[in-house]
Amino acid sequence: MNPDKSTLLEMYRRMVRIREFELASMDLFKRGQVKGAVHPYIGQEASGVGVCMALRRDDLIAGTHRSHGHNIAKGADTARMMAEILGKVTGYCKGRGGSMHIAAFDTGSLGALAVVGSGIPLAVGAALAFQMRGEDRVAVPFTGEAGSNTGNWHEGLNMAAVWNLPVVFVLENNHYGVSTNIKDAVKVDDLSVRAQAYGIPGERVDGFDVLDVYDAATRAVERARRGEGPTLLVTEAYRFEGHYAGEPEVYRNRQEVDQYRQFDPIPRFREYLLKENKATDAELDAIDTEIKQEIARAIEFARSSPEPEPATAMDYVYA
Amino acid sequence: MAATERDAVSLGGAAPVMSPDLIMQVAPGTPAREMSYQEAIREALREEMTRDASVFVMGEDVGKHGGAFGVTRTLFDQFGGARVRNTPISENTIVGAATGAALVGMRPVIEIMFVDFSGLAMDQICTQAAKLRFMTGGQCQVPWVLRMPQGGGAGKSTAAQHSQSLETWFAHIPGLKVVLPSTPYDAKGLLKAAIRDNNPVIFLEHKFLYSFRGLVPDQDYVLPIGKCDVKRVGTDVTIVASGYMVWHAMLAAQMLEREGVSVEVIDVRAISPLDRETIGASARKTGRVVLVAEAVRDYGPTGEWAMAVTEQAFDYLRAPVVRVTGRNSPVPFANSIEDGVWPRTDDVLQAVRQVMAY
Repeated sequence: MNPDKSTLLEMYRRMVRIREFELASMDLFKRGQVKGAVHPYIGQEASGVGVCMALRRDDLIAGTHRSHGHNIAKGADTARMMAEILGKVTGYCKGRGGSMHIAAFDTGSLGALAVVGSGIPLAVGAALAFQMRGEDRVAVPFTGEAGSNTGNWHEGLNMAAVWNLPVVFVLENNHYGVSTNIKDAVKVDDLSVRAQAYGIPGERVDGFDVLDVYDAATRAVERARRGEGPTLLVTEAYRFEGHYAGEPEVYRNRQEVDQYRQFDPIPRFREYLLKENKATDAELDAIDTEIKQEIARAIEFARSSPEPEPATAMDYVYA
Repeated sequence: MAATERDAVSLGGAAPVMSPDLIMQVAPGTPAREMSYQEAIREALREEMTRDASVFVMGEDVGKHGGAFGVTRTLFDQFGGARVRNTPISENTIVGAATGAALVGMRPVIEIMFVDFSGLAMDQICTQAAKLRFMTGGQCQVPWVLRMPQGGGAGKSTAAQHSQSLETWFAHIPGLKVVLPSTPYDAKGLLKAAIRDNNPVIFLEHKFLYSFRGLVPDQDYVLPIGKCDVKRVGTDVTIVASGYMVWHAMLAAQMLEREGVSVEVIDVRAISPLDRETIGASARKTGRVVLVAEAVRDYGPTGEWAMAVTEQAFDYLRAPVVRVTGRNSPVPFANSIEDGVWPRTDDVLQAVRQVMAY
């Protein structure tokens, strides 16, 4: 793969957008302005962006409880996302979903499902529909590494494999299912070998490197589009923050986190762009500023938006 | 079909004969054919698949084998393996994949072999499909139908894990419609409605009813989901029932007529959304109510029906509401102990006499 300059800058822009959105949402949560829970995607930006930049707008993703990043990577509007996590009627889900269920159907979402592994079958079913209708679209369910121990995941890989469906299963290894390290939950080191059990290709890439992810995702997506079936793509990254904003993180020490923070995908990609003369400091600074302003506007939009009217509480209830 | 199936279905033992003319739903002169409940379901599938290319069938062994009870038999030959799709044994993903396909414009009709196996799929049924439209603020809809055979009895001997009636599992979840057809006419019209519905519908077929026969109109028709059906008009007592229990209610009503008791029979048809108004109106008219459901008693459907009666007809009641239900027990295997689990016509008769004597 040799992405052009505008693609590279867009990758950078989306990664920065995710980072700034997550920092803002954590801040709002800690100040009590966001209720419920916020599960930050910080540290994993290269995974979502690398995958989604390999997709078309009409390809679909299925998200999880930790899907602010996936939505942004797929092109969702940060103002409507921020409004959703503040429980406002201008949010994507009109305040019915919140942080764990932000789903921007207009940019290609199948929903954000906050039960680990539950989005997998949805992507399989959407891909089945694409295949039955002869469409060359692809469905991409995101899951954390811990999701690869659920029945949904294994059933889903098997079904997609046996029917040769256009699915790219993205397994984002951030090392922890809440507090449980993947080493305590899976016997194998390389999760991509699990693909072998289903007779499909499995590939493991550096999830801190957006270009590595993009490269592998592009191959998997093209393979799916050609009708050659599903792929398992494991992106190796790390969750820099706690399971949720404000979580005490008693199960790991600071040194471990700091060690992984050295691989922070955003400064790393910035260095690459500068070193390879793909972009100038000024260009990248301009993006940083643009995104900071965008997120500030998103917060302002969300704060000034109304909450849902109590009289509408039963909207969308049909049984 | 065999003559015995055409003419009548025996309840076994000393029970009276249950014949198709207990429930007449097609007006004389209307072009119609007699068919079984199973055939009526198949015909609904065939017609909807012909009418709408987005409708397809998916489940374990639904292809050439025709499903556990032969309901989808011959559909494979007509529509092929892509639209009559055998799946691996993966209940949760069968349902979840139906949800995904429905989200992008398909109308899957999926089958889980026995309702007892739905436990494997409860996350996708109750926590995903039922909630997606609501929690996305109406951005999407999930137009699938989940067909599941349920119930047992009458010498079927399918024991504890293939005989349950679990409709209230689903009715307890906002976001699921739950339908229990009792006749071939209802099965066809309600399944067509379910397939055309834009939201998930749980369609529970009673295993013992598959061979029951009745008239089904030639013309295309769709029945409303969420409306009770008055199967018999009466003035002295109301029996509210669903599924196979409607037949016991009808048989009891016929026998009671000879004793001079006029029985109204309300077929609930759908327990979610529940048509409380029709139940309430009948209770106000008769002042006496018997509720009949095959599911186990505690937290079963009759509790909710009784509440509908209390809310809508308390001042009109002339006797306490009585219910006839499945026994609070897992279903045993041997006939001698299985028989006592199920509500039967005699139990309904006894309950009606009890409320009449109050």
